[in-house]
Amino acid sequence: RTVEPLEYYRRFLKENCRPDGRELGEFRTTTVNIGKCLCSITTADGSALVKLGNTTVICGVKAELAAPAVDSANKGYIVPNVELPSLCAERFRSGPPGEEAQAASQFIADVIENSQMIVKEDLCIANGKLAWVLYCDIICLDYDGNLLDASVFALLAALKNVQLPLVMINEETGLSEVNLKQKNPLIIRKHPVATSFAIFDDTLLIVDPTAEEEDLATGTVTIVTDEEGRLCSVHKPGGSPLTGAKLQDCITRAITRQKEVKKLIDKVIKSITPK
Amino acid sequence: PGDTSVLAGLYGPAEAKVSKELPDRAALEVLLRPKVGLPGVLERSREQLLRQTCEAVVLGVLHPRTAISLVLQVLSDAGSLLSCCLNAACMALLDAGLPLATLFCGVTCALQPDGTILLDPTAQQEQEARAILTFAIASSERKVLMATTKGSCSVEEMQQCLAAAQRAANTIFQFYRDSVRRRYSK
Repeated sequence: RTVEPLEYYRRFLKENCRPDGRELGEFRTTTVNIGKCLCSITTADGSALVKLGNTTVICGVKAELAAPAVDSANKGYIVPNVELPSLCAERFRSGPPGEEAQAASQFIADVIENSQMIVKEDLCIANGKLAWVLYCDIICLDYDGNLLDASVFALLAALKNVQLPLVMINEETGLSEVNLKQKNPLIIRKHPVATSFAIFDDTLLIVDPTAEEEDLATGTVTIVTDEEGRLCSVHKPGGSPLTGAKLQDCITRAITRQKEVKKLIDKVIKSITPK
Repeated sequence: PGDTSVLAGLYGPAEAKVSKELPDRAALEVLLRPKVGLPGVLERSREQLLRQTCEAVVLGVLHPRTAISLVLQVLSDAGSLLSCCLNAACMALLDAGLPLATLFCGVTCALQPDGTILLDPTAQQEQEARAILTFAIASSERKVLMATTKGSCSVEEMQQCLAAAQRAANTIFQFYRDSVRRRYSK
């Protein structure tokens, strides 16, 4: 396995399965913990921990107040930041964010923008004066492949958990008053879910690749769909060429996955709401 | 295409730094410099897209332990920037004489709010569009080498854009042929 990893894998792929016993189209066990009671971040306004097999990603959302930009006076901001600290995998060094972290941050920002998950107008409190800024910090704690899927999932779960306090602007003083006792959940319009595939030898497609599989793969595809079956993002950064038909297969699989994930999130949220 | 212009400079295969060299293939590096400002997160993700696309076509195994650097400077941006970069990158690779498995070209499609598909949108059209899809199409069998979308669209719309992009790729490959012919016919 260490000397000829590709050959080792090819033997499994010929039998249509993978070394860890999964089928080509099977995902790893997904677990998600949301909220202050189950999740570790107590200082954040919303948090979620997602485990996709061994890949562990934690997302914390902090809401702060700021003045909106001059040209978009009724819009708030969402700032995602993906970090791959050196503790999660030996190939990441400490220091400024590497290319992978930056590309992932950009991807998450695009997904939020494309899917209209949070409409920026909802984050506005007073036109031109005050708006919410949501800082979403996504940190990978253990990297075993499929970072993008886990990050999108963690972000979605954390945002569902966020409770924004009611803010009113005092007319006389012009200052804002934060009412911590009254909290409203964030309005999330769409639920995008990412599904990643690894391409082997220009033909085989496997779902949810582990780190080992990603290294051996000749390319990756990530498809983000929302509940209406619309494509929020198709991300295929290079790698072996795919025909349109293969891409279509990926999309169909992604739509099925989206439904499973949505059910999982709803189940977890229902289990913590009574608190 | 149009007013968007990107200057591409390719250096390599050259001696690679020990920390960056790969034992069995060439190490490809892409640097994208915007017209104004310092390169930010957006440039990084574009660099990653370009790098992995080029890695898939360049036969790196023929030049192990070397470094190939591709530097792209944006001269003007009037829409369809990513596919302009892709085309510039491919032509630079061709011009440098690097061994390539296949040629590729970049095509951008904009999906208008009323459903019509526009190829190579201008900046104005990109703003109004509901979704923008950029594909890198390979010259062999017109397969999809790279795909990225901005905005949401339905699956059928994506397939339509892909088909339109594949047709447009033919025109661009013809342009490649003409340019190369002109260059070498002196």
